[in-house]
Amino acid sequence: MKRLLAAMLLAGAAVPAAAAPTAIIGATILTARGETVIVGGTLVFDNGRIIAVGSQVPVPAGAAVIDGKGRILTPGIIAAASDLGIAEVTGVRETNDDSARQSAFSAALDLSTAVNPRSLHIAISRMAGVTRAAVLPDGGSSIFAGQGAVISLGVGGPTVVRARAMQYMEMGETGARIAGGSRPAAWAQLANMLAEAQRLAANPAGFARGQDSGALAKRLDMEALAHVLDGRQALFIHADRASDISEVLRLKARYPAIRPVLLGAREAWLVAGDIARAGVPVITHSLYDLPDDFESLASTRNNIGHLQAAGVIVAIGPLGGVGGTTPVNLPGYAGNAVAQASVPGGKGLTRGQALAAITANPARILGLADTGTLEVGKRADLVLWDGDPLELTSIPVAVWIDGAAQPMTSRQTELANRYKALGRTDLPLQYPR
Amino acid sequence: MRAVLLGVAGLVLAASAFAKDKPKGAPPPPPEVVRPPKDPWPSQYKPYPGQVTVIRGATIYDGAGGRLDNAMVRLEGGKVAEIGASVAVPAGARIIEAAGKYVTAGIIDIHSHLGVYASPGVEAHSDGNEATSPARPEAWAEHSVWPQDPGFSRALAGGVTALHVLPGSANLFGGRGVTLKPVYGRSVQEMKFPGAPYSLKMACGENPKRVYGGRNQLPATRMGNIAFARQLWSDAVIYKRRWDDYTRRAEAGTAKPTDAPRRELALDTLMGVLDGEILVQNHCYRADEMTNVISMAREFGYKVTAFHHAVESYKIADMLKAEGICSAMWADWYGFKMESFDGIRENIALVNAAGACAIVHSDDENGIQRLNQEAAKAMAAGRRLGLPIAPELAWTWLSLNPAKGLGIGDRTGSLEAGKAADVVLWSAEPFSVYARPMQVWIDGALMYDWGDPKRRPTADFELGLPGVGEVK
Repeated sequence: MKRLLAAMLLAGAAVPAAAAPTAIIGATILTARGETVIVGGTLVFDNGRIIAVGSQVPVPAGAAVIDGKGRILTPGIIAAASDLGIAEVTGVRETNDDSARQSAFSAALDLSTAVNPRSLHIAISRMAGVTRAAVLPDGGSSIFAGQGAVISLGVGGPTVVRARAMQYMEMGETGARIAGGSRPAAWAQLANMLAEAQRLAANPAGFARGQDSGALAKRLDMEALAHVLDGRQALFIHADRASDISEVLRLKARYPAIRPVLLGAREAWLVAGDIARAGVPVITHSLYDLPDDFESLASTRNNIGHLQAAGVIVAIGPLGGVGGTTPVNLPGYAGNAVAQASVPGGKGLTRGQALAAITANPARILGLADTGTLEVGKRADLVLWDGDPLELTSIPVAVWIDGAAQPMTSRQTELANRYKALGRTDLPLQYPR
Repeated sequence: MRAVLLGVAGLVLAASAFAKDKPKGAPPPPPEVVRPPKDPWPSQYKPYPGQVTVIRGATIYDGAGGRLDNAMVRLEGGKVAEIGASVAVPAGARIIEAAGKYVTAGIIDIHSHLGVYASPGVEAHSDGNEATSPARPEAWAEHSVWPQDPGFSRALAGGVTALHVLPGSANLFGGRGVTLKPVYGRSVQEMKFPGAPYSLKMACGENPKRVYGGRNQLPATRMGNIAFARQLWSDAVIYKRRWDDYTRRAEAGTAKPTDAPRRELALDTLMGVLDGEILVQNHCYRADEMTNVISMAREFGYKVTAFHHAVESYKIADMLKAEGICSAMWADWYGFKMESFDGIRENIALVNAAGACAIVHSDDENGIQRLNQEAAKAMAAGRRLGLPIAPELAWTWLSLNPAKGLGIGDRTGSLEAGKAADVVLWSAEPFSVYARPMQVWIDGALMYDWGDPKRRPTADFELGLPGVGEVK
């Protein structure tokens, strides 16, 4: 089985979830539940689900066995925010579907319609251990930029696992600019669009008869926002300045069913207690530490540690504002949050918390109840590493999504192999060797 | 000996002004020769006081590819005084017990925009691109540098002991780059690395043709890029010929100071390149474009010191080795524009394996804070491809190689007796994500100490603003 597995991985195909169970034995298992570490553990999965995990787990008869000795097994990495599958080359406008500032519509935009499973970035992220991701828009014609999706990075299965999973909203300086030039303009736009959405939801027939003909929002946008108002969809809000965050927290008083999630949140540590009391999760980066603008003057790498200590559910996302950010580097960002705790005066995460910040916590925030930890019944989204997964020098040796072993090749590995030897032969490098 | 230097109308007049006082029968006075000044804005940096310091028991990556275990190093008089298994410990020396810790040569970033794109990144701080002509070699990055950029403090805390600040890449000829120390000063001159040569920032590829083509002017294409650059190099060759001719005649006593050519500040910079005194740092992504630049350099008789970004250096690593050109690279940036589409994480390792000069650069106010981590990722990518790289060797990407690429390799970049005491003490193996600089010395002065708030600088900008005092 192992030889077959290797051959198929080289061929670049995903190995479908085997009919027989698969057991990974002898690995150090980091479950992402608290600080639980199972040394010399066994994990068994079948039909895409974990059926056993522990140190004294018997290998079922007929199971394919994978030797995990000297390896570390973790849940798949989950990118709490990304443009995977919707943006190919940032600088080539027509390859990007993440923003639509000229559109007549905003909140209605459904990002799932743009997701391309064959994006080269999906393959690159997958072999780095990223198994699921939120795909979010980046800027629209109103402060509501549209509805993001949750995707699986697995080959073979469906890529969009939940369309219209959340609404994305800009606040702070960006929201102010989009809404017409000020923060009050952004809040007025929010109040108006949500009020119109409420009126439409309450009386769609009246809307059809033109009783709301003075509405500023488009009907499709209002219909989309109804999902935000009744809490079916989480509302992902980009806000960095502490005062903007405080204003966001007041939303729940006006719209009780709304489920805000803060993105960016660079100054969140200044109001960490308020965020915790409001039960609002935060997606941020562990490496924000510069006053990039006047809404992030208090940026510090301690942010995430303060939030964790206050009891906020924190995910580390591959957010912008840190050069070269990609989902591939999420484990390193988590490792940096651990390192921050070692600096005198630093606030960081434990290793367990850091792993959870890129697995269990994003799963929770994205509503992926059956992923994010290694527990019986969860999806078999697994990464087997050749070392400490949070270390920069560690590499996944195998990745499974829904129990299917994933190809460990990408356009990048093909380029590297092509140019590994530069010597001139009978034909140019562009011919197969 | 032209001993007396007089600044006249922005020129340096080398003359024997006092020759008439000499006794009769003395040889005739040497002729007056006008020379464009080489260093009219010299460094005013002065090292801060240091203390004789001995670090004991650490593992040392010396920056030149060497590794010493359980070794000692003594910093004295601003220099590395002694390094080895055992060094003399003078009475009164500060002794640091560093068993389990690591000591390295300070990190040098060959590509930074700190100060010219300072934080906060508001429009008023956008001083990196003099995008008013494809060629602005007369613009000097140092005249845009805001010495109070908070980014300098973050770079220092990341173990950086020298950095090269470059103009941006909107122009084919962006201007002069300057080498600084991350030591706050009241003027940029107080931050300048003494005696470091200037660089000329050049750029090929998408940026210049996009910026100027978008205004319907030359260059709008890659061929326009090269055409424009060749014309200017041709002009520079003529300019240099005029100066060389004038200098020969003036030295022979057949030309007066008023015969000196009119100084053109733009061409001064290019003449400095042709004379080998100013180093070319060339932003270039694609392999084929790098080879075009190499041909252009050959045509006009100058040398490219380093290609920057160089995401396709792995395709021509053998040629870069033969040409003696360094590549300053990211570990894993790729795919954000067409010319970075073929970026791979093995790039640095493949350049290294070909025996060419590899440098890890940041081009980023965040990346400069953890260049050690970028190098770690590059090492791992190499290992995956079957190219194992020892960590002490990888440290050359962060210190001696960039030092050489900046023309300061004889003074810093490695821990050798007699070189500057630019040193970092790390809390753990410095390629580990868990490692942090504990202490950073620049010229033997302790400029950063993670455990001493009095050794952690705060830029003027951050005083009195939210978050001041918090560990960043």
